Amino acid sequence: MAVKDYLRERYFPHMWCPGCGHGTILNSLIRAVEELQLHKNEIVMVSGIGCSARISGYVDFHSLHTIHGRALTFATGVKLSQPRLKVLVPMGDGDALAIGGNHFIHAARRNIDITAIVMNNRIYGMTGGQFSPLSGPGVKATTAPFTTIDDNFDVVELATAAGASFVARSTAFHVKETTEILKKAIMHKGFSVVELLSQCPTHYGRKNKEGDAASMLDLQKSGTAKIGSKALEKNPALTPRGIFVDTDKPEYCEEYDKIIAHATKENIS
Amino acid sequence: MSENIRFIQGNEACVEGAIYAGIDFFAGYPITPSTEIAEHLARRLPETGGKFIQMEDEIASMCAIIGASLTGKKVMTATSGPGFSLKQEAIGYACMTEIPCVIANVQRGGPSTGNPTHVSQGDINQARWGTHGDHSIIALTASNHQDVFNMTVDAFNMAETYRTPVVLLFDEVVGHMREKLVIPEEGEVEIVSRLRTSLGKGVDYHPYLPREDGRLPMSDFGGEHKYNVTGLFHDMWGFPSNNPKTVNELLRHLVDKIENNVRSITRYKEHFLEDAEYIMVSYGSSARSAIHLAKNRRAKGEKIGVLELQSIWPFPTEMVREKCANAKAVLVVEMNMGQVTAQVKAAVRKPNRVFLANRIDGKLITPADIKRLLRVIQGRGV
Repeated sequence: MAVKDYLRERYFPHMWCPGCGHGTILNSLIRAVEELQLHKNEIVMVSGIGCSARISGYVDFHSLHTIHGRALTFATGVKLSQPRLKVLVPMGDGDALAIGGNHFIHAARRNIDITAIVMNNRIYGMTGGQFSPLSGPGVKATTAPFTTIDDNFDVVELATAAGASFVARSTAFHVKETTEILKKAIMHKGFSVVELLSQCPTHYGRKNKEGDAASMLDLQKSGTAKIGSKALEKNPALTPRGIFVDTDKPEYCEEYDKIIAHATKENIS
Repeated sequence: MSENIRFIQGNEACVEGAIYAGIDFFAGYPITPSTEIAEHLARRLPETGGKFIQMEDEIASMCAIIGASLTGKKVMTATSGPGFSLKQEAIGYACMTEIPCVIANVQRGGPSTGNPTHVSQGDINQARWGTHGDHSIIALTASNHQDVFNMTVDAFNMAETYRTPVVLLFDEVVGHMREKLVIPEEGEVEIVSRLRTSLGKGVDYHPYLPREDGRLPMSDFGGEHKYNVTGLFHDMWGFPSNNPKTVNELLRHLVDKIENNVRSITRYKEHFLEDAEYIMVSYGSSARSAIHLAKNRRAKGEKIGVLELQSIWPFPTEMVREKCANAKAVLVVEMNMGQVTAQVKAAVRKPNRVFLANRIDGKLITPADIKRLLRVIQGRGV
């Protein structure tokens, strides 16, 4: 199928600003689904609130646009009640790790088979440019006119520590790499987290003098390096990209099926 | 045939009702005094192939059942005061997206942490207006275990019929006391199944287009029809819209589908109500004391009765007005500062003849408590 067959063209044009990285990520995601030849009816996309969350309206899957920060909890209900479905949860940085931080670590701890995609543009875009828990210190935002003093989460480290069995990072610039990582994440049995650095030229870029979308994309290229690469070895200050965790662990829905088998047997005997 | 008789807590009667109604999925979080509902379902659900999950908090529990309902399951969560507060945003989401679900709130003393192990009926208005924005909601209650069972079945049925969240407003005394429950045979009590669309593959399905009878057929996530669900105002496809006409029509629909069916939703019981000159309006555990008092006073020849409410929202205004039309005085017996009293005053022709008999100290209101006030109203001294 062509990319457009996965989109609800009726609802275009989308609401993202010119230069936003989210559309590129949507493209990478759809290509991953296409290359995996997944059936559209087998996919549920669950999102929360924010610019990133609007992605669920544009895709021709079962789509659930929920409330701020809680996408993973709705997704847990969908997945546990119907484990055959592929559940994709795109979230923004604030959605996933500020208001939704608790749900994020607990979904990882359960290792429930959901693909969580953190579209990290380090800012609350929809509300007009407030800093997020992924902004980090020294960032200008409407709620940090004198720059932020808060340290940021490292999504990869947090997800790993919380128990996610697949953890990866890429950027909106690395479109093909993102598609390959998303394919692996979607097919991984267990909770997978993919952090994708995205750009918000409208709010983050403008306030922090990172220039237009092209120069922000350039920063994604120059500011990151693949795990195990010479570039990263030479400059450990670069943000590493790639797959950090890919392990086999008991998956929540499968474990619950064992509980059912046990309880049913006990009930009969 | 031997009857299936149990001697159990009210919370377990709620579990039995949920199982009878066909519950498939429960998500919850421990909180007194509702925890036993989660505990019993943790054992009972997997025995029938259903799913139980203990979530990381109250909000997560509410959201998880909404997600599960969309895959076609019958779902419930259970909580108490503070947890009910936390669930409110997601309850509003279920109202807006018209997703069937049941929320049991076993009331305890509030506000805040309040009086966790003691009885209260202070969440009446929170059940109605806890979530923000205009909406309507169904809330049911019960004073004994047979009715806890029946109202729980009704709650599941109404959630499906009206595509709405339904709140079960039990209280600590009913939840924790033990008494007899007779579980009906299969088929004895009507069960409403989910109304699913008959439209097949390739036909455009509109998740938010009501049929002529007002009901909206659903389609399970994972089925043939892919559609969008959002808490934003939305059109018949479920896609966001701020078109004034769409917004206006959807909000009116959300309110009307419940308020226009108040007669079908209304549940109540009459105790000695015929020819009653003094009527006690009550519900939940406080109704037990009112009924006890009425029985004693009737034995002494006093014309006194009880109108026991089993549905609180939408408030059965017309029914209350009719039943109280000939009363010399109406005494609302409840364990809060007059939340149902305000509704009764608004319903009857002589609001100045409506009095509140309450107790808010965490103790169950007794027949003697009510009698003291009754004597004053009857002009028989303090």
